[in-house]
This record gives sequence, C-alpha cells and structure tokens, in this order.
Amino acid sequence: MNQLYYQNVNRNDYELERSDRMSETIIEMKNVSFQYEYTQVLNNISFKVEKGDFLAILGPNGSGKSTLLKILLGLLKPLAGEISLFGQPSDTFRQREWIGYVSQKSNAFNSGFPATVEEVVKSGLTKKSGLFKRLPNDAKQQVQQALMAVGMEQFSTANIGQLSGGQQQRVFIARALIAKPKVLVLDEPTVGIDHENVQSFYDMLASLNKEQNITIILVTHDVDTVSNRVSHVACLNQTIHFHGYKQEFDSISQEQLDKWQGHAVRKIH
Amino acid sequence: MIEALLKFEFLQNAFFSGLVIGVIAPMLGVFIVVRRMSLIADALSHVTLAGIAGSLYLSQTFTAFALLNPIYLGIVASVSGSILIERLRSLYKHYEELAIPIIMSGGIGLSAIFISLASGFNTDIMSYLFGSISAVSRHDLWVVLTIAIVVILFLYAFFKEMFVLSFDEEYAKASGLPAKWIHLLFMIVVALVIAASMRIVGILLVSSLITLPVAASMRIAKGFKQTIIYSILFGETAVIIGLVSAFYLDLQPGGTIVITSIFILLLVIFGKKIALKMKQKGSNLK
Repeated sequence: MNQLYYQNVNRNDYELERSDRMSETIIEMKNVSFQYEYTQVLNNISFKVEKGDFLAILGPNGSGKSTLLKILLGLLKPLAGEISLFGQPSDTFRQREWIGYVSQKSNAFNSGFPATVEEVVKSGLTKKSGLFKRLPNDAKQQVQQALMAVGMEQFSTANIGQLSGGQQQRVFIARALIAKPKVLVLDEPTVGIDHENVQSFYDMLASLNKEQNITIILVTHDVDTVSNRVSHVACLNQTIHFHGYKQEFDSISQEQLDKWQGHAVRKIH
Repeated sequence: MIEALLKFEFLQNAFFSGLVIGVIAPMLGVFIVVRRMSLIADALSHVTLAGIAGSLYLSQTFTAFALLNPIYLGIVASVSGSILIERLRSLYKHYEELAIPIIMSGGIGLSAIFISLASGFNTDIMSYLFGSISAVSRHDLWVVLTIAIVVILFLYAFFKEMFVLSFDEEYAKASGLPAKWIHLLFMIVVALVIAASMRIVGILLVSSLITLPVAASMRIAKGFKQTIIYSILFGETAVIIGLVSAFYLDLQPGGTIVITSIFILLLVIFGKKIALKMKQKGSNLK
C-alpha cells in the first residue's frame, strides 16, 4: 500500500534529507490486531517509525487511534502481531522512560489537584531516577530547562489547575521532556487549545523535533490540525490506509480521504 | 493537664497516640483525598469494627482469646477489607464505587452479628465507636507507633511514585512504574492507619481525621508538599485541642476532635473569603 503512494510524488528532496541522518527504526509494528470483546478495533496494522520522524496519525473517532497508542505504550496487549521498540520486543522493553507520553488533556488528571507546575514537571523524573532513589540534586534546574523548551518558564510556581488547557498541555510536554525521551507520543494534543495557538503549538513541537532530534508521534481526529510542520502522516481507520510523507498526503484526493475516514472531512492547507 | 499527664499512664498513652495519629492520618489522607478514595477509608473503618467486635466476642467466649488485644483482629479485618475492595473494584470496572457499599455493609453486618452474639460489652464497644481517652493501653500505643513507622517508611520509599500515581494513573502506567504493586501497598498502609486511628477518634470518625484536615489544607496550600504540611498542622491542632477539651469536659475524644476539625475547616474557608475580599478592596482603592 505504501509503495503505491511513494511513487507518485516528487519526494526526492525528502528522501535526500532523510538519508543524511542515520536511518534508525525506533518503532515497528507487524500485523498487529486488537479487539475489545467482540468489536474489532485494529486490523493487521504494520508500520515503522524512524528516528527523527514527526508523524501524525489521523483517524476519525473510533478508528482505534487511542488503542494503537495504548498498545505502543504497553498499556494494552495486542491480540496478534509483534511490536518492537528500539529493536527490542515490546514485552521485554524496560526503558519506558525513552518514550515520553502526553495523554489527552481532558481525561488525564483532576484539575483540582493541589500541585504546582514545578511539582508536576519534576514528577516526570520518577521512572528515570528509579525505585527507592531520590530525585537528582539538579532536578530544579532540569525543571526550568524543560519549562523553557515549552515556553512556560514563568509559570513554575503556578497551580496546575489554574492554567488554560493549552498551557497545561505544554506543562505535560515539559513533564515528558524532563526525562530526555527519544520519542514523544501525544494523544490529541490540540484538543482544548484555541485555534490561534495551535500553530504556535506545532511550531514548538517542530523545534523539539528539529533541534533536539526528538521523534514525535501524535494522534488526532481532525484533518485541520495536521499542520505542515509534520513530516509524515498515517491514515488509520481500523487498518492503515496510508502512511507516507506529508507532501504525499497533500496530494491525496478529497474523495479518497473521505472514504478512509468514513465521513466527510475538510482538508485545509 | 500537664500535671495529670505526668501522673497518669493512661493519659500519656492517649495523648502520644493522638499526636502520632494526628501526623500520619492527614499525611496519608492527602493521597486518599486527591485519589478520590475518601469513601474507601470509611468503608475500611467499618470493616475494622467487624474485626474488633469479633475479637471481643472471641475473648468473651473462649478464655484462650481473653488476653488478645482487639486491635490485632481489627488490623487483620481492615487489611483484608482493603484487598477485597481492590478485587471488587477490578471486577466492576465501570462501577468501581460499588465496592464501597458492598464492603461497608458487609463490615457493619458482621459487627452486628458479633455484637449481638456477645451481648455484654456495650461500654467497650462505645469506646471503639467514638474513641476514648481512658481505654488506650500502653500496648495500643506501641501498636500505633509501629504502624506510624511503617507509614513513614512507605512514604519515604515511594513518595515520588505515589505523587505520579495520584496525579495521573495512566501516565504512571505508561512510564513503566509498578503502579499495581504500589497501589496495593498503599491500600494496606491505609488499612493500618485506620486501625491505628480508631482507638483515639473511634471507628465512626476515623475518616474525618483523614479527610477534614486535607479539605481545609487544599483551600490555602499552593502546592502538593504544602498541602501535606498544612494537613498535618491542622490534624495535629485538632487532636491536641480535641483531647484537652475531651479531658476537661469529660467527653468522647472522637467527638471533640472532629468538631475541632470542622471548626478549623470553616475558619479556613471564611478566612480565605475575607482575605480575597480585602485584596479586591485594596486593589480597587488603588
């Protein structure tokens, strides 16, 4: 399926850019399927994510996006198929701190939780420090650095519940960044962010992707929010209909996209 | 009071147990409240009652049990209750709160059976229900101290993990923390604290010492650590004022401690409102 789309676009530039970097497969899924009781959610999913990719997984509600992320994070076990993370089978993969997870803001936490931004970001070091160990002495500086990377350094003493949705989302990214992850996985990160701020949010992700060479995978149900900042797009609806460069995605006809998505979607450039 | 405290061992027992519980109950209470588990504490205290009533019944019926301190069977009941609640919660994934009435009514039901089987320890049971100053033995004090050490060791070892787990359970699991095990340990520690607290505040009021200081603290604290510090401060204040007034007015300490806690809570709520109004007025004048 992928080959089909790889041929019809002028992708040489991207291919070149990509071969400059050492190509290294970070995540690989082979024939992964999953079902909840009697409902098939994912059917025969295979794809690869390489180091430095900025991938948007696009799919309508109920397409299995969140399930796919949960399988990737080891929160759910697939019914069939193989997953390898950094070349190791997912079952035996122990360096979970390499994968920074930013969950959907709406159901992630209770907004009345009495914690400061600094405390929340610092908690991102928990797994990395290890059981029975204290946090490193320079944790405070690390918090400031992580907050700086998301442009939230002036909010470190604020209460997490008092921030806007977009600000909270940035704090959660800082919590993921502080553990110096190699991959950042985000579930519908732009939900709850004002339309004007979505672009600057993508700018920030793009700079993390380029400057710190962090691989980024994000999931969204909204074609509108797939910014030009991403390098790759995958279309998911139980199975992967398309996976390729953003530029190839742009050349897909509206009709084809609607068919995959199962309903009419708008595509805005 | 100080003179009496030096003179009477029973007062020392009650006072020191109270001081220790005033620290550990609100400290653990912060985690219980932010994880929305306040009602679980209530359910567990009723299960503890079943253990206590069972022990009192056994000691009355079989001489072999006559010397057994009821607190032990109370602890056993409370810990088993906490594990049962967890089993039930995973059984009813979409109705997790169902575990609470099941365990709570089970606990009260068992207690009622034991109490009616051995009709004759009414005054004793009153001291377990509402707390007592005179009934705390030196042995009880040692049990309370041991439990306090367990609680402090637990939080010392797992503080950062407990924070992550309380703030965002899914994130905790995704980052590869042994969330299930830490949660189970936490439930056992909660059960221990409930068994320890019941001697002073009484089974019916245990959850108040776990939740009321935290409720007050959350109104004014700026962060998580501050929430814990204020909670302990409020809990300790309530215990001291409550015990002293119970001693002088000859009242059940459970009642005086809880009413003091509620008074502190109201003071904090209205104090904050007034402070906010003053601030607004101040900025209007400018």
